[in-house]
Amino acid sequence: MSYIDPHIHMVSRTTDDYRRMAQAGCVAITEPAFWAGFDRCSVEGFRDYFRQLTQVEPARSARYGIAHHTWLCINPKEAEDAGFAREVMSIIPEFLDAPNVLGIGEIGLNKNSRNELQVLEAHLALAAAHDLLVLVHTPHLEDKLKGTMLIMDAVANAGLDPDRVLIDHVEEHTVGAVLDRGFWAGMTLYPDTKCTPQRAVDILERWGMNRIWMNSAGDWGDSDPLAVPKARMEMRRRRHSAESIRRITFDNPVAFLSRSGNFRIDA
Amino acid sequence: MSDARCPLNAAEIVDAYFLEHRAKVLDIAAFLDRIDRAADAPAAMDYRVAALIECIALLLDGEGDRARRIQERLSDRTSEPVDRAPMQGAMGAPEADG
Ligand SMILES: [Zn+2]
Repeated sequence: MSYIDPHIHMVSRTTDDYRRMAQAGCVAITEPAFWAGFDRCSVEGFRDYFRQLTQVEPARSARYGIAHHTWLCINPKEAEDAGFAREVMSIIPEFLDAPNVLGIGEIGLNKNSRNELQVLEAHLALAAAHDLLVLVHTPHLEDKLKGTMLIMDAVANAGLDPDRVLIDHVEEHTVGAVLDRGFWAGMTLYPDTKCTPQRAVDILERWGMNRIWMNSAGDWGDSDPLAVPKARMEMRRRRHSAESIRRITFDNPVAFLSRSGNFRIDA
Repeated sequence: MSDARCPLNAAEIVDAYFLEHRAKVLDIAAFLDRIDRAADAPAAMDYRVAALIECIALLLDGEGDRARRIQERLSDRTSEPVDRAPMQGAMGAPEADG
């Protein structure tokens, strides 16, 4: 059964991961721009990263039959230096014509600071100006609840349609507000520190299967590029229907991502 | 919202998950014991451990919606942006209200 991992950082993964994902049924991925694990020190570093996301990674992915898409931004972890963040944002339009760009992401907040919020607002304005989809990162752990609320208000203030915005990393205390306000919601499956496949399926059972997806957010840290197929096994273990499993891991991602004309899938 | 049901019946849920969660309770107990045995014991209670113990109390109050309530107990409940990001990571429990 085909699936989509709509949030994974493949620049940090090996070709073995691509192979195993393809073997598990992965047919498409989307890769948001992310923090490298250290702060990049120049705009040129970001220009190279955006070239990697728009040229190198799609070619690598294609060798495994996986359609690759991307989202561009400067990550909230690097937004505390608002001046530098603005310089990076100024080069994003150079890449918006690349055929695999879906929108702006993963933008959002990290520690809920004023500078982060300013940079988020500037990214939202960029998305509005170019009519792009938005993929939102919400803060982790103690900062998530507050950050999610601040982000939803910022999106509303920017005049963006919540139907074109996906708010990622939702958990038990944020999923309800995100869906109630008309956004799409993403659940990120982590090996141990945050949301497990079991809890993600609990959330689906409580909140339903509309406007929600699951992703691995696999990156250079502790993470699992096969988290989505593992969550599908968890759904099957609980006797959720094949139709529900397909809806969460294929149909819903297709429905949201197809709001960008650049989303394509051969499955 | 869906009908909020898990398709498994209660006995099936217990059969499927009991051992995993039995082990997690033992992990918490051993973690607290380990703090008692720390090289500098007895040390002052860390705010994160205090929060964890309050979360355990939430499990015993007879109310439902436990996961959401624990998440909220472990969240910063202020609403204004902070002036500066104090670090890039997160600690897992809010420091201010302990
Ligand atoms: Zn990510």
